[in-house]
Amino acid sequence: MLIRRPDPIKPSEITPRSAWMSRRQLIAGAAAWGMLPAAALAEALPNLRKSDYRVDETPTPQKDITHYNNFYEYGLDKEDPSVNAPGKLKTRPWTVTVDGACAKPGTIDIDQFLRAEALEDRVYRHRCVEAWSMVIPWVGVPLGEVLKRFEPTSNAKYVSFTTLYDPAQMPGQRSREFAWPYTEGLRIDEAMNPLALLAVGIYGETLLPQNGAPIRLVVPWKYGFKSIKSIVKISFVESQPKTLWNSYSSNEYGFYSNVNPAVDHPRWSQAKEHRIGEFGRRPTLPFNGYAEQVASLYAGMDLKKYF
Amino acid sequence: MQAIALRLVNWRWARPTAHALCALPLAWLAGRAALGLLGANPVEASIRFSGDWALKILVLALAVTPIRQLAGFPPIARYRRVLGLWGFAYAVLHLLGYVVLDQFFDWQNIGHEIIKHKFITAGITAFLLILPLAITSTDGMIKRLGGPAWRRLHKLVYLAVPLAALHYIWMVKAGRTQPALYLAAALLLLLCRWGYARRR
Repeated sequence: MLIRRPDPIKPSEITPRSAWMSRRQLIAGAAAWGMLPAAALAEALPNLRKSDYRVDETPTPQKDITHYNNFYEYGLDKEDPSVNAPGKLKTRPWTVTVDGACAKPGTIDIDQFLRAEALEDRVYRHRCVEAWSMVIPWVGVPLGEVLKRFEPTSNAKYVSFTTLYDPAQMPGQRSREFAWPYTEGLRIDEAMNPLALLAVGIYGETLLPQNGAPIRLVVPWKYGFKSIKSIVKISFVESQPKTLWNSYSSNEYGFYSNVNPAVDHPRWSQAKEHRIGEFGRRPTLPFNGYAEQVASLYAGMDLKKYF
Repeated sequence: MQAIALRLVNWRWARPTAHALCALPLAWLAGRAALGLLGANPVEASIRFSGDWALKILVLALAVTPIRQLAGFPPIARYRRVLGLWGFAYAVLHLLGYVVLDQFFDWQNIGHEIIKHKFITAGITAFLLILPLAITSTDGMIKRLGGPAWRRLHKLVYLAVPLAALHYIWMVKAGRTQPALYLAAALLLLLCRWGYARRR
């Protein structure tokens, strides 16, 4: 894993950091003032490795992926995050704290991470608990590879994730309806599954604020809300962590929340889904089509009980 | 105040204007659809939009009689049917959107959802409750049924609108304020009528 061909010289080694940082601020400033489309905030991510994890389905257009989002920190309507997040979310400097049951707690600096990691280009299905779906070309690193470096101990039975908490940057957090900040969790074996991805980009570019910039989780066999956005903290913990949607309504949003057409949401059907860009509905696949890779994680479990 | 209101409702373009105002949301929806401005999920956008306007207009229709009674302004009554029928029209669009665009005539699944999911049950029930009201909305039908029977039948709207609001409340994942306001408005207007009927 450590044997890698020396990388070609990256643009980041030629341009001094201060120069591209101020350029980035200029661009962000211009976008905030409406002088540039928000898409200008995204930067191309070079040297992507095409991963074998690619579903053979047409990717959803970038415009739809970036303008149809559930990110309640920026409003309840799907278009709200694309309007509200770009001017508000400050994605630099950004560090992720990694702590808890591990031998080497530490931090991840996003700029360092972007430079050092072997970023992969993966195309995943994305299935929202609201019964719509997309196909998204993510850029990221397998979560397990990153977590291993912090050397989780045998007490690390679960991994919990926390989104930034800052009502000034995330105005939706002023609402008392939810137990902010957004939290999510995975069982350690789920987190170590090669499909679980720490994503930093979409369509070969850095994540836009509305998609959970600068770093987010992607767990393609679970409902979308498990894929927590704008992560600032990852903790190895011994017992099942509290998660926002489960705390909000535990009979509707289970801890596992694996995509399962056989277990309906108490208020609506999960048997079919509306693929963005299509009419009508297509059948939903068990584990969102990833049963081969992940079904063994749940062998012997009653998935109606542990929904 | 009364005089201005009277002149307004007696204005010869008053009724066409009321129809035009009610048609405005539909024109807006059609325009945005034609220009491809309904976003990533035009199916959901048009279904939500038509359902929302059905509820808004039906709540307005419910307000007509209390306004007539409390403000002592009889001429407003002639707009009740305009509003009621437009509310029904948006409800038809809403239902068609669900059956055609969302489900694409998957009758088996639609049947399953009506039985199993209470928000669909409430929605379809609300529609079935206002359907006979739309059918019996003509002058001829009022005569055939006779005033008292017609009025009794049309009280169904007080069941339909709260049900439609519940349909909305049970549908959303979060953010129940707007549908709760519709429900509160419908119940308040019902209370107004009860209060008025008891005083007399």
